[in-house]
Amino acid sequence: MGEGATREKNGRRAFLGRAGVGIGASLVALAPGVRLIDLVIAKPEAEPVSGAVRWGMLVDTTRCAEGCTACVDACNDEHGLESLGRPETDAQWIRKADVHDPATGRTFSLPLLCQHCESAPCVDVCPTGASFRRDDGIVLVDKHICIGCRYCMMACPFKARSFIHETLSGQKPYSPRGKGTVESCTFCVHRVDDDRSPACVEACEADAGGALSFGDLNDPDSDVVTRLRAVASREIRPDLGLDTGVRYAGV
Amino acid sequence: MTGAAYRRTLAGITLAAVLLALPAPPSAADVPLPDVPRGRGEQCVEPSDVMRRDHMEFLEHQRDRTVHDGIRTKRHSLIECIACHATRGEDGGYVAVNAPGQFCAGCHAYTGVKIDCFECHVAVPAGESARNGERARGTAVPVVAVGWADAVQRRLPAAARR
Repeated sequence: MGEGATREKNGRRAFLGRAGVGIGASLVALAPGVRLIDLVIAKPEAEPVSGAVRWGMLVDTTRCAEGCTACVDACNDEHGLESLGRPETDAQWIRKADVHDPATGRTFSLPLLCQHCESAPCVDVCPTGASFRRDDGIVLVDKHICIGCRYCMMACPFKARSFIHETLSGQKPYSPRGKGTVESCTFCVHRVDDDRSPACVEACEADAGGALSFGDLNDPDSDVVTRLRAVASREIRPDLGLDTGVRYAGV
Repeated sequence: MTGAAYRRTLAGITLAAVLLALPAPPSAADVPLPDVPRGRGEQCVEPSDVMRRDHMEFLEHQRDRTVHDGIRTKRHSLIECIACHATRGEDGGYVAVNAPGQFCAGCHAYTGVKIDCFECHVAVPAGESARNGERARGTAVPVVAVGWADAVQRRLPAAARR
């Protein structure tokens, strides 16, 4: 890109910033999904999240080492998930699964987390509306209205959610958690809103094989889309037609 | 008795009951007020009388905007309330705002209104642990959140994302 183009782009960004245009501003829409100019600008603090963005993740299992738990540890640290000594009921937002194909003997390892489905079963079944999908595709529990019925845990095909059975203390300020509510991976929504990657992605990049990439599935230049273009990937349980936000390569 | 007359009578009785139930306006000296610690700074985010009456509304609206819409402005955020209103104990550590006599608990005990914010939310400023004074429930566990504390302190406008 020439210097002139760079300057023009910066000028446009600065102008849009002043004009208060939010994320994924499309200046000219030629037809649905076809835009002449498509800019992605960090969301201003006071703007609501927009459906122009869909956060997603690619897990490249060929780079995910068996026995490595960098992502799980980072998640536990980030959100203050501590074992209460009862593994059956300890909260678990991301876990490692070792897969073995008896027909071929091939084994590989992959992290499982909330798949942030477009058509999320947990959202469908929630009787109070506590389980919801944010406009930018992140599936969350509003613990203020969660009554702890655990229908969502039954509905989730990925066993992604945990129920908190015991009184907690020492939670992280940005990750409130409490007894009687269901919780699951939030894609580190507090970090995403601050223009950072989830803790697991950062940890995998820094300390492990870099198996995780995260970004906006609607942005052709994002990390995740660049890698999705390059490698074959699939949803787990594509038969359910959930259109998950997390895709796996090498499975 | 017709419906209208019945309603008028009922309204009259209710009004009389209300008037009888009202005590004589007390003078300031008669009323014991809760003694809560002052927050940091000169002025809260809204005038004090507005905050006394409506803080729960601000918090509730902010809570919905943050959880559902990702709006993370600081003005009515619970984290910011705690940042200003938590006091330090004798050992220099923060005291939880829901500890007896502290900012939240002091008034809420006085008015007899139970709050459940702190069943999930931490009651000391980001990056600090409650080292002095007891929490309302459970034992204090050190909170280590350096990254977040930094983010709160230096909430720069996020750079344009590529």
